[in-house]
Amino acid sequence: MSIKLALSDEILMKVEKPARYIGNEINSVVKDKDSVDIRFAMCFPDVYEIGMSHIGIQILYDMFNKYDDVWCERVYSPWVDLDKIMREQDIALFGLESQEPIKNFDFLGITLQYEMCYTNILQVLDLAKIPLMSKDRAEEDPIVIGGGPCSYNPEPIADFFDIFYIGEGETKYRELLDIYKEHKKNKTSRMDFLVEAAKLGGMYVPCLYETSYKQDGTIESFEPIRDDIPRSISKEVVIDMKSADYPVTPVVPFIKCTQDRAVLEIQRGCIRGCRFCQAGQLYRPVRERDVDDLKKKAMEILANTGHEEISLSSLSSSDYSKLEELTDYLIEECSKKYVNISLPSLRIDNYALDAFGKVQDVKKSSLTFAPEAGSQRMRNVINKGLTEEDILNGSKMAFERGWNKVKLYFMLGLPGETKEDIEGIGDLCDKIARVYFETVPKEKRTGGPVQITASTSFFIPKPFTAFQWAPMNTKEDFLEKAYITRTSIINQLNQKRIKYNWHEADVSVMEGVFARGDRRIAPVILEAYKRGCMYDAWNEYYHNDVWLQTFKDLGVDIDFYTTRSRELDEIFPWDFLSCGVSKEWLKKEWLRSKEAEVTPNCKLKCNGCGAAIYGTGICTGDGR
Amino acid sequence: MKVRIKFAKYGVMKYIGHLDIMRYFQKCMRKADVDIAYSTGFSPHQIMSFASPLGVGVESRGEYFDIELNSGNAEYVKERLNAVMVPGMEIISVVKLPDGVKNAMASIAAASYTVFPKDGYEHENQCTDKIEDFLLQESIVITKQTKKNEIEFDLKPHIFSFEFDKEAYRMLVDASSAGNIKPLAVIEEYGKFCGVDISLDHYQIVRNEIFTESEGKLMSLESLGEDF
Ligand code: SF4
Repeated sequence: MSIKLALSDEILMKVEKPARYIGNEINSVVKDKDSVDIRFAMCFPDVYEIGMSHIGIQILYDMFNKYDDVWCERVYSPWVDLDKIMREQDIALFGLESQEPIKNFDFLGITLQYEMCYTNILQVLDLAKIPLMSKDRAEEDPIVIGGGPCSYNPEPIADFFDIFYIGEGETKYRELLDIYKEHKKNKTSRMDFLVEAAKLGGMYVPCLYETSYKQDGTIESFEPIRDDIPRSISKEVVIDMKSADYPVTPVVPFIKCTQDRAVLEIQRGCIRGCRFCQAGQLYRPVRERDVDDLKKKAMEILANTGHEEISLSSLSSSDYSKLEELTDYLIEECSKKYVNISLPSLRIDNYALDAFGKVQDVKKSSLTFAPEAGSQRMRNVINKGLTEEDILNGSKMAFERGWNKVKLYFMLGLPGETKEDIEGIGDLCDKIARVYFETVPKEKRTGGPVQITASTSFFIPKPFTAFQWAPMNTKEDFLEKAYITRTSIINQLNQKRIKYNWHEADVSVMEGVFARGDRRIAPVILEAYKRGCMYDAWNEYYHNDVWLQTFKDLGVDIDFYTTRSRELDEIFPWDFLSCGVSKEWLKKEWLRSKEAEVTPNCKLKCNGCGAAIYGTGICTGDGR
Repeated sequence: MKVRIKFAKYGVMKYIGHLDIMRYFQKCMRKADVDIAYSTGFSPHQIMSFASPLGVGVESRGEYFDIELNSGNAEYVKERLNAVMVPGMEIISVVKLPDGVKNAMASIAAASYTVFPKDGYEHENQCTDKIEDFLLQESIVITKQTKKNEIEFDLKPHIFSFEFDKEAYRMLVDASSAGNIKPLAVIEEYGKFCGVDISLDHYQIVRNEIFTESEGKLMSLESLGEDF
């Protein structure tokens, strides 16, 4: 073996799933370290099985490793058992491929997919022996750069990062690396490099900006501390998605991961404009990939990985204009190779049901709807263009074809929600059950009676959505609403056929703070981490009491970030960033939502959200 | 046709457990474009069965699994598979099984092992010359912990050979479903016999070969097959 493992045999034999730490997977990239100029560690701050399932990392890993002068490796949060051992034995966190300490790398890139990973960022930095605070880092420390959806409000974690990259990874990294190489050659200071980086599109260098606050705690101003630094930063997007690269040799893990299949990204962005959905705004405009290229890439990925399943990925696959062509092709080709197809996020219609019937066992699978709200009024408020009729018709068609399981997803705590809106959840579930009993005659109810599962999550207002002004519910409101939901279900005629699941409320409150937090949250995260918080996204490791106490001890008011009503002209911590969608437009949407007015999707009509400045995708008529 | 594949697993791959190795090979079959047969039914799976699971941490130079192959020849399958192996995995041989040969799992009789200290450790038991005396004992009784209770078990009839050579213990022991014994159990007992308490986790085990019994003789699993 040429690679010497970072962990001793004794440790690897002791920890759960040693495969998390040894690299060596099919398609992982090992280079000669002396032949590259830049060592890049790409981190997903959660356990290996979660991180390995993320397609964004695979895209960047592939892109970086195609550069001859770069070696990109992966790093994930060591699980709690190894975390403890590494601290006790003073072992530095390492890249999976080279097994070398990432402290000696040039860059540590961290993808920020959800707010509850924030303490794991500190864990990774800490174990890597990189100072937690950007300001404490020395010349030779890696440049710590963040990206992904949470970088659209980076302020709560700004202190921990040297740079945030706002936008899609494909576009600006090459330029950044070139500036870095120049800097390394000329031996200029870390600060000089950061200043140069900050002038590059999409790069936010937090230490070059300053916030001042008003008496009431809201932001007075947010300004760069130097004249040569841009006052606002616009996201970077891939303009030509049709010819954009896509990894055909993704790394194949040995152990079972959340996503144990080939993933084909068919488009980026979403036309729908649901008012609660952050992803729907951040990735505008929707851009489709070329269907012929996708067919080719799908076959290449399968050949290069040996995966037995392929899944289509996008925010709303039904809106992909060539979906039928692509799915028909995959069904045909994959059945020859005994490869399964999974088709998530499809709207239930005749075509989808036909396709499902071909790729899955109808008896075992369930039908999924995401109405998000119980009443039509509320669905108009959130601009979710799914009607009761759609759901009942879709269910009827599915029941006729043999399905008998239906899953429904809802949110509680939406702006302006009333008791009647919530009770609509129980009513809707019952109507579906009735449709079943009307549609399927007794003698045909072979797979057991209909099973309906309703799940609710708590609504958390997010930046860059129409609801960024909305007050969030309190924990007590949430629990009360879950109770109303449960009661509304129990009161139904077919209540025995309906199962109800709901989320924890505590962690939702915390996520709400981080989502719309500002720089004053960072000390709380740091302190909570020091008090042992880590893996907050994992129920069994989330310590609400510690978090609440830390907020209290540091005198930071949770309600200020969650339940407070925000004025229309308030300056938000993320206002200096732009994702293309203008604040004016979001404001209009927020006001329209109060009137329960529906806004048509981008395919039906352009509503002038602002994303047209990128001059690509649906805004130019492509895919309409 | 029924085909038997012999492989080696060593280096970092010793940390990959049996189930994951099975999944790994399923992927490799597709990646290498080996024309393996699938079962029928709604979710067809590859027809593949492994001889004997190897514990995490154990290396092997003689692991086996059988597959049902639709077409292809030994050289093609071996080459294609080796081309997609990760470091630490290697296909040693591919043979065709004549009709009537029992599947790998059902036919195991014995296995040979080499046991030596891991990197950074030394032999704790300095008396390597007492093996003969050890084996001359009437019986070598150990207590085995079963799910329900402890039972006494005599190792002796299940140790077919045991020696110390070139700084390593080498042994051939029973691996049949009825009398299977662990190589470290032998080392542990030998240590006790010499009056030394051995730390078993300082020892690396390598399985060298798996045997079946044919006409009273032990034969390696691969030797039952033929080239094709
Ligand atoms: S500019 Fe118009 S078409 Fe483009 S994303 Fe916005 S609303 Fe949709």
